[in-house]
Amino acid sequence: MSIFVDEKSRVLVQGITGRDGSFHARQMISYGTRIVAGVTPGKGGRDFAGPSGEVVPVFNTVADAVAETGADCSVVYVPPAFAAGAVMEAADAGIGFIVCVTEGVPVLDMTRAHAFVRDRGCRLVGPNCPGIVSPGKTSLGIIPGSIVARGPVGVISRSGTLTYEAVRQLTERGLGQSSCIGIGGDPLIGTSFVECLAAFSEDPETEAVVLIGEIGGTAEQEAASWIGERLEVPAIAFIAGRSAPPGTRMGHAGAIISGSSGTAEVKTRAFEENGVRVAMRPREIASLVQELIGG
Amino acid sequence: MNLHEYQAKDLFRAVGMAVNPGEVVRDPGAARALAESFGGSAVVKAQVHSGGRGKAGGVKLARSPGEAGKHAEAILGMSINGLAVHEVLISPIEEIGSEAYVGVLIDRGSRCPVLMVSAEGGVDIEEVAADNPEAIHRLRVDPRYGLLPHQAYGLATRLYDEPKLASQGARAIAQLYQAFVDNGASMAEINPLIATSAGQVLAIDAKVSIDDSELFRRPELAALRDPTTESAADRRAREAGLSFVKLGGNVGCCVNGAGLAMATMDLVKFYGGEPANFLDIGGSSNPDKVVAALEIITSDPGVRVILFNIFGGITRCDDVANGIVQAVERIGFELPLVIRLTGTNEEPARRILSEAGLAAASSMDDVVEKAVHLATG
Repeated sequence: MSIFVDEKSRVLVQGITGRDGSFHARQMISYGTRIVAGVTPGKGGRDFAGPSGEVVPVFNTVADAVAETGADCSVVYVPPAFAAGAVMEAADAGIGFIVCVTEGVPVLDMTRAHAFVRDRGCRLVGPNCPGIVSPGKTSLGIIPGSIVARGPVGVISRSGTLTYEAVRQLTERGLGQSSCIGIGGDPLIGTSFVECLAAFSEDPETEAVVLIGEIGGTAEQEAASWIGERLEVPAIAFIAGRSAPPGTRMGHAGAIISGSSGTAEVKTRAFEENGVRVAMRPREIASLVQELIGG
Repeated sequence: MNLHEYQAKDLFRAVGMAVNPGEVVRDPGAARALAESFGGSAVVKAQVHSGGRGKAGGVKLARSPGEAGKHAEAILGMSINGLAVHEVLISPIEEIGSEAYVGVLIDRGSRCPVLMVSAEGGVDIEEVAADNPEAIHRLRVDPRYGLLPHQAYGLATRLYDEPKLASQGARAIAQLYQAFVDNGASMAEINPLIATSAGQVLAIDAKVSIDDSELFRRPELAALRDPTTESAADRRAREAGLSFVKLGGNVGCCVNGAGLAMATMDLVKFYGGEPANFLDIGGSSNPDKVVAALEIITSDPGVRVILFNIFGGITRCDDVANGIVQAVERIGFELPLVIRLTGTNEEPARRILSEAGLAAASSMDDVVEKAVHLATG
């Protein structure tokens, strides 16, 4: 099993004719994702060519794409000024699961988009996230397919390349993944650690969970409490930004220590108090998982 | 991006808020003349992106124009939390009856703007939150409808018993929210919002941060950036689209992705070294970004070694390798390079580097340990 998406997911790509959208649409098709449609306003009626001659119809609107192709998931690669609008368009057209990869979306735009999406019962992952891969089944976003393998470990992360680092080490040790999800580095994101934990806890194939957090906010502390109270499978955590100075934004808009809240120490303590072992280096993540579940 | 008090006050005036008058000056003579025009007495306030200006001696009351000039002279030569003061704001002294706090920021949990008010204004609101949390009243604003009149009034009644003050307070709160939304702010606050002895509600301080992601579509706000608050390296990084934070150690770091960049700094510390900087070249594969990154890192005289940690996903390792080779040719620095490249197009990247006489490893721990050794050895 996997969380949120699988081989049955019918995926459309918003911004499919753009530089990033077209590159990653081809990558996803190569991975086996069922890309059923693309949307770029003004380019409806064209065909987008996959890497092996696959033909993906392009539509002007998400509503048209859904009506014609039955798409039920979307990946958004449109520029920051239009990203919140694209997310709301997808939710309005009945899309149930949206990944927004775009970085630098104005936060006030996102406050409205989050409310809009929630009202329609739709799940948004991101923005500013690498997306989700359910190895062997489907990939929505930009996580390289070459580093993942099917297996029992669920991975949830606020970052992109750090996730790849951890996931590749898991794969190299024979510890495959049920799903890997990057929830995003922005302060306001659609899907939290806790919501991902809840989904993994319902997945019979997930035998352990890895959380990769960072400084800033309280999402890791909330995840730690949830794990302590509810999670039945073991979990491992890693926190990036131990050496970051307070009050300074470290790349991700959400990675900033304000006052004494959001430090790596506070987050580490929260995990340890809830029985979650915390890796001090990226390479320890895979070895701690191995200790927990063998393999 | 943080604004100065006088810039924030201009944004508040633009939505009609009652704000105390004031002008910004850069020399004591102008401060003296302004105090004269205000009737002799004035308050002199350092314009600097730091909290605790008052405690640091950056806010002074002057009872005569001469005193205003002297205070301005002292403050203009001052550094507050390491930041040099280049401008002071001169305002008339107000007779303060009461001081309140009003602020709005983005709440991560509810994904909404949240208004906070407290009748205990004029002091550090984080201290109030810690010592007396029930003195702060919060209201989550539905971003689709904005702040509704009854909500603003309800908050104002937490600040003022007197009906006339409450209705003025409600107006100020609504105007603060409007300024916050109109300008794409991530934070806006008035501390203190005073009621004068004459019964007028007036903002006498202002603090606004603009969401960096808004600046591309708000050139008039982007133009408010104070160039003196930015180092040459910060500026170069911002213009090249790099995320850069100087840290003061001697291991220069160049990484793709914010999470991996933080983890790399942490690992430098783990092995006993000190990172010189945080630097994320981002997801794109433009060799020019790598060149800019190397220019920034090599301009720091404290750097003894340069560490690259690249995990190719969208970023293609061969593009980074090309950037490194170009930068070495163009800048011609002597510092040792320790390179880790892995992931997308790793093989061609290694070929490009080895043709230029450079080597690359594939383990993160190995390169970090080696870089720390070179920096300290």
